[in-house]
Amino acid sequence: MTGKLVLENLKHRPMRSLLSTLLIGVPVTLILTLVGLSHGMINDSARRTQGIGAHIIVRPPGSSFLSLSGAPLDQRIVDNFFARQPHVQLAVGVVNQPVEGIFLGLTGVDLEKFSQMSGGVEYLEGGPFRASDDVIVDDYYASQHHLHPGDAVRLLNTTWRVSGVFRGGKLAHIIVPIDSLQQKISSTGKISQIYLKLDNPANIPAVMQDLKKRLPDYQIYSMQEMTALYNVNNVPLLSGFIGVVIGVGVVIGFLVVSLSMYMAVLQRTREIGILKSLGASNGFILRMIWVEALALGAGGTLLGIGMSFGAWGLIAAFVPIPVEIVTSWWPIAAGITLAGASFGALYPGLRAARHDPIEALAYE
Amino acid sequence: MSNAQGIIEVRELRKVYRVGSVDVLALRGLDLTVNAGEFLSIVGPSGSGKSTLFHIIGGLTPPTSGHVRVADHDLASLTDAGRTRLRKQTVGFVFQKFNLLPNLTARDNIAVARHIAGMDQKPDPQFEEILRLLGIASRLDHKPNALSGGEQQRIAIARAIVNRPAILLADEPTGNLDSENSCAVLGILRNLNERLGQTILMITHNPEAAVYGHHTVHMRDGKIIERT
Ligand SMILES: Nc1ncnc2c1ncn2[C@@H]1O[C@H](COP(=O)(O)OP(=O)(O)O)[C@@H](O)[C@H]1O
Ligand SMILES: [Mg+2]
Repeated sequence: MTGKLVLENLKHRPMRSLLSTLLIGVPVTLILTLVGLSHGMINDSARRTQGIGAHIIVRPPGSSFLSLSGAPLDQRIVDNFFARQPHVQLAVGVVNQPVEGIFLGLTGVDLEKFSQMSGGVEYLEGGPFRASDDVIVDDYYASQHHLHPGDAVRLLNTTWRVSGVFRGGKLAHIIVPIDSLQQKISSTGKISQIYLKLDNPANIPAVMQDLKKRLPDYQIYSMQEMTALYNVNNVPLLSGFIGVVIGVGVVIGFLVVSLSMYMAVLQRTREIGILKSLGASNGFILRMIWVEALALGAGGTLLGIGMSFGAWGLIAAFVPIPVEIVTSWWPIAAGITLAGASFGALYPGLRAARHDPIEALAYE
Repeated sequence: MSNAQGIIEVRELRKVYRVGSVDVLALRGLDLTVNAGEFLSIVGPSGSGKSTLFHIIGGLTPPTSGHVRVADHDLASLTDAGRTRLRKQTVGFVFQKFNLLPNLTARDNIAVARHIAGMDQKPDPQFEEILRLLGIASRLDHKPNALSGGEQQRIAIARAIVNRPAILLADEPTGNLDSENSCAVLGILRNLNERLGQTILMITHNPEAAVYGHHTVHMRDGKIIERT
């Protein structure tokens, strides 16, 4: 019966109900879209890392995960040390440089060695670099910037020429000759990290153990560990940002419900008086307001989930950024919204419950 | 006038409303006894305290001083929760303005009262008969704004008695009705009283309505000045 009362109240003011759910739904959409974007981008990066074809990655001492810029390592150790280790078939040093804030944006590499390691680069258009100011870009970056072989592209204050477009999913969106990149960022002879390909994946633990013993300060990961590290929680800014958006969502849910229920309680003062004259307790009134707030919150969550599909479709259609529908976040978004709605219902609910029945009945 | 068996016993009842810094004496030492099964009319000029008396007997507001006993509840010592229970179980209200919940159908208005009293699950064979008695069986699926005043008041009566309260308090139940509907509603109240033994207190302005009761008490300035 409480449900019916709530339902009829919601139906009685359809515009108010719709607007409230819409306002509650917007932050839900925001949260879900943001989470979908981070998951999409991070999973994309993980795939990209796997596509390199290496087994072990070696990073310099003191570097932090995902701060990929800088080239502190002397590249001579690649050939003089790593390539000579037992079971190491191929050692490739790379220079990473973020551009335009793209995750795993630009990498300098010896293309021949990299092809060997990754099993070849597949060109959709054009081919490998021929000149020192050539770049190859992946289909994602190419479609985003409408690039074709022969086009000029400006990166790191330099004009480069696109020599080829490769099928994405490997290493980085943009690949340049390692020497040119080292020169541009004044790190001649230096590299950011080293990829190792072994003769047999079964030897990964043994090689890692040996390397860790001999290079105690270096960060040595298997590729499996590396991809496992691609996780929202390992991106401090991202998880912080999601936290902020969740906070904003809770506050908006709280405010919308608070305002909406407050006005509803005002409008229904007389009805609350009637219910009290029938013997409804304060708890009954409070529960009624609370259930209505929860209904608005639930409606907002559903609408928000629906709208997140819309946002997903729009992003997929117009912005070539990987975005995922992360269903595991639906209950989280619902929980956040319902919590906000519950708190929002508290003040109006208590006000309604404490109405003096005679005054409420006299209310016009 | 005193009767130890009264279902309602009121002695020296005072009610003071504080409005800003002014004390309004709504009831000034009122005595009243109502027997179970009685149909009592209450008349008196506007502002004489009739509604206030109902609000106290019905547990909508506490008395300021005096002794009030309603069906074995001592109202002076009742808490807010106790008064809520009294409204739920012991009294039913019928108002001049009907006071139906506008968003619910007539049927649901009645069902809400049953729900609040925790009686939703219990079947009530006698209630169908009451609905026929009230002549509203065919109007139950309409919302109040689709019902005439007379129909609304009959639904309100049905809602007030659905939980079988010991006492029905009707505050000017015909005040918003034309004479034909007034007659119908008054007839229903008399029927309820005669057939079900429902104790009824009815406030009215209209002397013709007052004669439906067994007795009439006259109020003035917060007191009962005459009983006929
Ligand atoms: N809630 C209230 N607050 C302040 N004064 C009130 C309130 N209810 C009634 N009064 C005053 O008490 C007196 C009696 O009112 P009421 O019981 O409504 O009389 P009646 O029903 O006989 O017209 C009036 O002077 C009225 O103004
Ligand atoms: Mg009155």
